[in-house]
Amino acid sequence: MSAVSHLDFDTVVVGGGLVGAAIACGIAKSGAKLAVLDGGDRDFRASRGNFGLVWVQGKGADFPAYARLSASAARQWPDFAAELLDATGVDVGLQQTGGYDFCLDADEWRARESEMRQVELHTGGEFEYRMLDNAELRKHIPEVSPQVLGASYSPEDGHVNPLYLLRALHRRLDDLGVEYRARQVVCSSSPGDGGFVVNTESHVYHCQRVVFCAGLSNERLCRDLGLHVPLRPLRGQLLITDRVPPFLPAATLQVRQTREGTLQIGDSHEDVGLDESTTLEVVTRLARRALRIFPHLAEVRLNRAWGALRVMTPDGVPVYQQSDEHPGAYAISCHSGVTLAALHSREIAGWICGEPREELVAPFTAGRFDV
Amino acid sequence: MFKLLDEAAELVEIELDGEAVSVPADVSIAAALLYLDRLPLRQSPVSGSGRAPFCLMGICFECLVEVDGLRDQRACQRKVRPGMRLRRQLLVSAESGA
Amino acid sequence: MTGSDHQLLVIGAGPAGMAAAQSAARHGVEVTVIDEQANPGGQIYRDVDASPLADIGLLGNDYRFGRQLVQEFRHAPIDYRANSALWYLDRSSELGIIEDGVHRRASAQRIVIACGAQERPMPFPGWEKSGVMTAGAGQILMKSAAMVPAEAPVLAGSGPLLLLLAWQYLRAGVTIRALVDTSSSADSWSAMRHLPQALAASDYLFKGLKLVTAIRLAGVPWYRQASNLRAEGGERLEALSFDSRGRAHRIQTRLLMLHQGVIPSTHVSAAAGCELDWNENQHCWQPGLDDWGESSRPGVFVAGDAAGIGGARAAWLGGQLAGLQVAHQLGHLDEAERDRLAAPIRRARARHLAIRPFLDRYYRPADGALLPPDETLACRCEEVSAAEIRALAAMGCSGPNQAKAFTRCGMGPCQGRFCGATVEKIFALETTATPQQVGRYNVRPPIKPVTLGQLAAGDGEQQ
Repeated sequence: MSAVSHLDFDTVVVGGGLVGAAIACGIAKSGAKLAVLDGGDRDFRASRGNFGLVWVQGKGADFPAYARLSASAARQWPDFAAELLDATGVDVGLQQTGGYDFCLDADEWRARESEMRQVELHTGGEFEYRMLDNAELRKHIPEVSPQVLGASYSPEDGHVNPLYLLRALHRRLDDLGVEYRARQVVCSSSPGDGGFVVNTESHVYHCQRVVFCAGLSNERLCRDLGLHVPLRPLRGQLLITDRVPPFLPAATLQVRQTREGTLQIGDSHEDVGLDESTTLEVVTRLARRALRIFPHLAEVRLNRAWGALRVMTPDGVPVYQQSDEHPGAYAISCHSGVTLAALHSREIAGWICGEPREELVAPFTAGRFDV
Repeated sequence: MFKLLDEAAELVEIELDGEAVSVPADVSIAAALLYLDRLPLRQSPVSGSGRAPFCLMGICFECLVEVDGLRDQRACQRKVRPGMRLRRQLLVSAESGA
Repeated sequence: MTGSDHQLLVIGAGPAGMAAAQSAARHGVEVTVIDEQANPGGQIYRDVDASPLADIGLLGNDYRFGRQLVQEFRHAPIDYRANSALWYLDRSSELGIIEDGVHRRASAQRIVIACGAQERPMPFPGWEKSGVMTAGAGQILMKSAAMVPAEAPVLAGSGPLLLLLAWQYLRAGVTIRALVDTSSSADSWSAMRHLPQALAASDYLFKGLKLVTAIRLAGVPWYRQASNLRAEGGERLEALSFDSRGRAHRIQTRLLMLHQGVIPSTHVSAAAGCELDWNENQHCWQPGLDDWGESSRPGVFVAGDAAGIGGARAAWLGGQLAGLQVAHQLGHLDEAERDRLAAPIRRARARHLAIRPFLDRYYRPADGALLPPDETLACRCEEVSAAEIRALAAMGCSGPNQAKAFTRCGMGPCQGRFCGATVEKIFALETTATPQQVGRYNVRPPIKPVTLGQLAAGDGEQQ
């Protein structure tokens, strides 16, 4: 085995997906000497599976602080997108014209309505939504099938191209002089030299701060530094079609149309462990549901289907936690890397750099799981 | 661009872009379009650049045409039939969504 | 019960698929063959028993031999399904098939993947212009449509198939404007050390010599060690410019036929979860197989050119071996009998494969042919330039899949078949990594086109 090389940084961010890259961009602006350690080209990457929704509605029905967090994050998006375009030339394709979540039967409608009311209550009327029946819905989207009961609608929602977002963030990292290193899977970390020591197979990184944004690997990695983040994978399968003439004016939870004209159809929620594969059953089910909503899509060709693993905390709400045992070590875990990207890049990065953000992050400690 | 080895081979009539044309019977649509030398066969939805059949074995997806109203059919994978209505996918603006 | 459970499902009806099917059926296995084409024969024997060509001898004796194989196959006790495309196959061996436009679900106790090969992508500036085609396309037009160029084509690239096409065209009375040969002299010379072994397959050598002689005698301008190819013109090709032995050339032509060897079609094997290895001699990925053709996925076999490039005869013999092993595994053939039947097949196959080291070295694709200039479209479908890929690799991007995510390269309808090799090669060079380290695109269904309507209407969902 060859000798390892030693490198020094102020901060090491473990994970170069949407969460790690956004946070690293924020930290880098402070001038800190920063490295982002990323995995291999074929590792599990929730960022590549992300549907691209900037989504507020339905979040935090039982967790008011999360509802507020999502709303705040969504509101920062236009500014954030402009900033990225300006800095990197990459247009992440933000469209924030509201979002629809279709209700295909009466039970869905009732459950949704009650959920929306609850969020409205918890956020003291800050959260705007409407329940639209079929007639009203088809005024906005004429192609919706007459069989669809209706939809919930929230004006704050939207979508973005998550892959271009990641590309923009990586470009930004490059411009800001951040050392991005792929194929650097972290094996272990420990306190040392007044800071931390992070080990990969080929290198040893010495730093003052380490931020774990490594998706599903966070649970294992964070333990070394006294952080306990229970996580489990939740598979989602998605379909994407060939280009179709534009017809969808806004994002919907079931189908969204990208800038290029392709349609993304999602998604499933499957508890199957670390298995990203597609299944014929779910792929078929997604196609059927899409056609129930938009029957005119029958001749549209499937371009590809894939599965990705969401990073789920026990309540589905993010964890923002600094280690009590080892201050300077942070764990960041969530399944909404797109919606929260702006917030991660600003407030969360700011918090890690020492800004007074305790009130913001306090509800999101891992301590709430009583581990 | 391409010709029949047997000049006396049977021809059939089909419609291409609204015009009646004669093409060899029982060949693929791609072969018929090459016979007619009607290239480019489509315009790429990304930049509008003209494309034509490339591999003729169904894996390059360059030869997409509209057949009897159905878009994006691989011309190399289907044979011509008398009376078939073909349209080259030349209009970019309807697809770009930009 | 929805879907159907097959004993042996063979995917592809080229020489390997037909051989595997017949070999297993002969020993009592129930066999279904699904074939995307309308007639058996695969690409090499395409339409051989249904060809409009008045004289199929025009294409050479090999093609004629193929007709015999197809006719035998048609009479064998096999369920042959033409116009059936495999679009879904996963690691649990669940299958999705589109048969005459209708989707059905299936499962099988054993699968033989015999999907053959594809042309190695040969990217260069302007290769996407109308009038640029592959040599394989030229052969398909001859076999299936009895059509040949109406104007003199330029043939460019390297490899026996390019010479074969030239010879076939000459016999059909087509004038060839030029043969622009990209093989390097270094490779030709170093191939000579494999010549003694190649003599074991001397009929291949004589065949090759015959082709070369005929082309020379016809006076076809033959440009050697060609590089820097550029297809010029507007939307339609007007000329090919290139360098050859220190001089710049420009040949006016509206038809250009390209060839840079063939590589195994690995989409189906990858979808099934078979491990793929990098074959440095043939410069391509191929599935790791035991000596019966069984892959790393138990019960999944790969035979013919899809297993590794060896040509039609080797494919025919390799398919037989897979068929024997399937028959044995399903209890129709004992070990001793299986081995007794396999022995002469192995010997014959070894003889046919003896020419490979020579051919592989002689026709090794020059780096220049695979590493195109910046302005080349690495990805034809999504129009991503080689420059963009190089920039990502230089920036430390983790590999082809991340590059795909960032640029859409590989996300178009061909799903990476014509850009994967280029992207991998660029990454290998920029990051000084081996092909195994660089890796390849993840393969996603559908393997062949399917519409949402076909998917929804089929029997895919459990009742």
